[in-house]
Amino acid sequence: MKIVKVIGKKRNHKVFMYAISTCAWCKRTKQLLKDNNVEFEYVDVDLCSDEDQEKIEREITKRGGRLSYPTLIVDDKTLITGYHPEKMTEAIGL
Amino acid sequence: MTTLEAVRRRAESNAKDRGYILNPDPEFLADLIEGLKTNEDRYGYPSCPCRLASGIFDLDRDIICPCDYRDPDVEEYGCCYCALFIRKDVVEEKKPIEPIPERRPQEKIALAHTPASQRVEKPVEIVPALTAIPLKTKLKMWYCRQCGYVCFREEPPYICPICKAKREMFEEIRATIYLGA
Repeated sequence: MKIVKVIGKKRNHKVFMYAISTCAWCKRTKQLLKDNNVEFEYVDVDLCSDEDQEKIEREITKRGGRLSYPTLIVDDKTLITGYHPEKMTEAIGL
Repeated sequence: MTTLEAVRRRAESNAKDRGYILNPDPEFLADLIEGLKTNEDRYGYPSCPCRLASGIFDLDRDIICPCDYRDPDVEEYGCCYCALFIRKDVVEEKKPIEPIPERRPQEKIALAHTPASQRVEKPVEIVPALTAIPLKTKLKMWYCRQCGYVCFREEPPYICPICKAKREMFEEIRATIYLGA
């Protein structure tokens, strides 16, 4: 699975994102994190192998999430589905 | 390979058909058009840029743009899932365009995440040939893989009269109809 790390100055939260490479909402979410200098990692699910996609499905559903992208996992506990700046602000402190 | 201009024109035509407006944010719209083009080049059909496609036409049929969920979503939320199509009043009154909940059933989405080897394929239905009619002209039956339009012709149409899909989107249904004089 190709995990991309985006370097940022804000590292007080562990931010991981499942995204679709063609998705405009995902792109907007990545940009918001970058604009706020947040360090994060992401995976473009559509570019993963079948096996990795299945693992991702299990990972998201195990956490009670819906299979919708972008999906953010903050500090391994808070799940945010969709582009929601206010929820991101609350969880990450943008 | 299709072009961004062709994808944009088709989206404009699809919006016009239902009285919708394309996303008024030029940058966001450009991203969506590019995503649709990427998917069309990748899968052979323009599946929703914001959803995971399986690459199997029959599994992705409901998320080919304009997707099956567009109209109920636009009606209820003012925009479709990826926010390509926007209800007129939302644009005119400058209401915020925000992400909406996924209407596609989770089981269908889960299937797109399932490796091909583990998917249960549905048996292909074969349409019986109508051999009782006297033989004279041999025609083939074609269906548009994008919208389901069916026609009887020797060759598929150059463009689907319903959804404007290209000739490549037509597939032959393996049944031969014989028409009498």
